[in-house]
Amino acid sequence: MPVVGAAAEDANRRLLRARDAMDRAYAEPLDVPTLARIAHISEAHFICTFRAAFGETPNRYLQRRRVERAMFLLRSTDRSVTDICMDVGFSSLGTFSRVFRDVVGEPPSLYRRRGPMPLAPSCFAMAWSRPSSFGEVRGT
Amino acid sequence: MIVSSVVPMLTAITITQIYVPDQDQALDFYVGKLGFEVQSDMDFGPMRWLTVNLPGQPDRAVLLEKPGPPSMSDETAAQVREAISKGVAGGHLFFACDDAYKTHAELRAKGVEITEEPVDQPYGIDFGLRDPFGNHIRIAQMKQG
Repeated sequence: MPVVGAAAEDANRRLLRARDAMDRAYAEPLDVPTLARIAHISEAHFICTFRAAFGETPNRYLQRRRVERAMFLLRSTDRSVTDICMDVGFSSLGTFSRVFRDVVGEPPSLYRRRGPMPLAPSCFAMAWSRPSSFGEVRGT
Repeated sequence: MIVSSVVPMLTAITITQIYVPDQDQALDFYVGKLGFEVQSDMDFGPMRWLTVNLPGQPDRAVLLEKPGPPSMSDETAAQVREAISKGVAGGHLFFACDDAYKTHAELRAKGVEITEEPVDQPYGIDFGLRDPFGNHIRIAQMKQG
């Protein structure tokens, strides 16, 4: 039986706190035990309840957040791809390049040529530009 | 710049509404922590009309509305509360302040849930927080000119 009512709202609110932590501290090695502690949910249930609330696993949420931040940095700074890869929390350039290409549909160096992004309050920019595809190229 | 093709009819935004599942808890937060004043708190039987405004700004109020019957069914109210708890009910409020770092430090000391630390943006310095229910709030020290 899924949790309903006040208990579910309370759990959602705590899961939102863990998701906010990923949006804020995406560059840190946020693992399931750390996130589950923030949400006050047992490690065993965290992935499942997070997915039920937000439609994807915490790991995917964090990876897409990191990719979004990389997309922003590629277009808004002249830092190297390697530096940006490390800045957003990836520890290997190979993994970063593969995930980026899977999610965005083109490699970082090519994506960078799109030039600077328009300006919006960062929370809105981050909420709306986190890519929703994963492992496939988005239809354009 | 977008130029309106009609003569302006509307002169001000006076009340903005957000949903809060618990109005007393909302007062603790919006009055007790953010520094709003209660503008009106009226009992209309099934509905409590509760508005707050910032000191010195009586012409711009925020309506703190509790979702529930008879305005909507219990089932719909549960859906609205669920959306609030996931941060997607649309209750966004944007504020200005004179000193973002000082305001941030004061709110943090009051135990407010900060979602984003102050960031120097091209338009100013701003940071993010949530109310106790999940509504999103942003506070900015805007650049002059």
